[in-house]
Amino acid sequence: MLGLIGRKVGMTQVFDDKGVLTPVTVIKFDDNVVVGARTTEKEGYNAYVMGTEDKKKNRVTKPYAGQFAEGNAPKKNLVEFRDFEKECQVGDTFGVEIFNDLGFVDITGTSKGKGFQGVMKRYGFSGGRKTHGSKFHRGIGGTGNAAWPAKVFRGRKMAGRMGGERTTVQNLRIVRVDEEKQVLLIKGAVPGAKNGVVVVKRAKKR
Amino acid sequence: MDVIKALEAEQVKENVENFNIGDTVKVFFKIIEGKTERIQVFEGLVIAKNNSGVRITFTVRKMSYGVGVERVFPLHSPRIDKVEVTRFGKVRRSKLYYIRDRVGKSAKVKELFQKKPAKDIS
Repeated sequence: MLGLIGRKVGMTQVFDDKGVLTPVTVIKFDDNVVVGARTTEKEGYNAYVMGTEDKKKNRVTKPYAGQFAEGNAPKKNLVEFRDFEKECQVGDTFGVEIFNDLGFVDITGTSKGKGFQGVMKRYGFSGGRKTHGSKFHRGIGGTGNAAWPAKVFRGRKMAGRMGGERTTVQNLRIVRVDEEKQVLLIKGAVPGAKNGVVVVKRAKKR
Repeated sequence: MDVIKALEAEQVKENVENFNIGDTVKVFFKIIEGKTERIQVFEGLVIAKNNSGVRITFTVRKMSYGVGVERVFPLHSPRIDKVEVTRFGKVRRSKLYYIRDRVGKSAKVKELFQKKPAKDIS
């Protein structure tokens, strides 16, 4: 599937072709280099490995460097794209141009960490009344039955760490592809903080 | 951040009309209906301007059949054809929200006769 690795720059608003003010997220792409290939004969499936951003020389271990072909500098971010629609060889580079004919994309990123949160924020529990003598406000409520099963079942939704996990948002509209700046404008929000790494793929359901 | 600034700078209109809070303006707003395009004029009092970088908006208030109507326009919108000042107002504050609660004569803004060159707002 067609896709690239980029970095979220931030949000702003632009006037689209109809003159309507649209909120957009700006995603910047460095050169995406094809650093490896997976083939049906060897691995059982077809894919290309994309890499962006050179890794500092003193941070590269020998085993890590070993996976890159000679002449290819070791890259920081590596992502496998299955069934990449474009013909390519190891060493080729891609930029935003490949999104030129697309209307919609799916974007994967690491969501912002929210810290330790209660069940209302984390799972959308309704909570209790704030007033009228209520003593139950934002708590979890019951967690199970009594003498049987005499335990709390695994997977019970409880308070805990929220955010900071891999999230995908589907069917985001492409507002503009700027080849000169190597920038993609996406309508709406995208998971993750500014400067976070995001993977942009062709929309699966469009 | 520089990428965002560059993107925003592309949208800025070069010769934005100068007008101030308290002025009565005519906003020539393009309306696209299917394929045809026509211009609608919205005339009223500028009661607020919200400055946030290039995303400046201004609020125009008018009375329409006894009902107050307010519209917020982005200053740099490509759908604004032009803005014409029909009357300069003399006001001492930057947000004229008090006008909303006034009726009749007290809802008027004094006219500024000694016309100073309006400040550049872009």
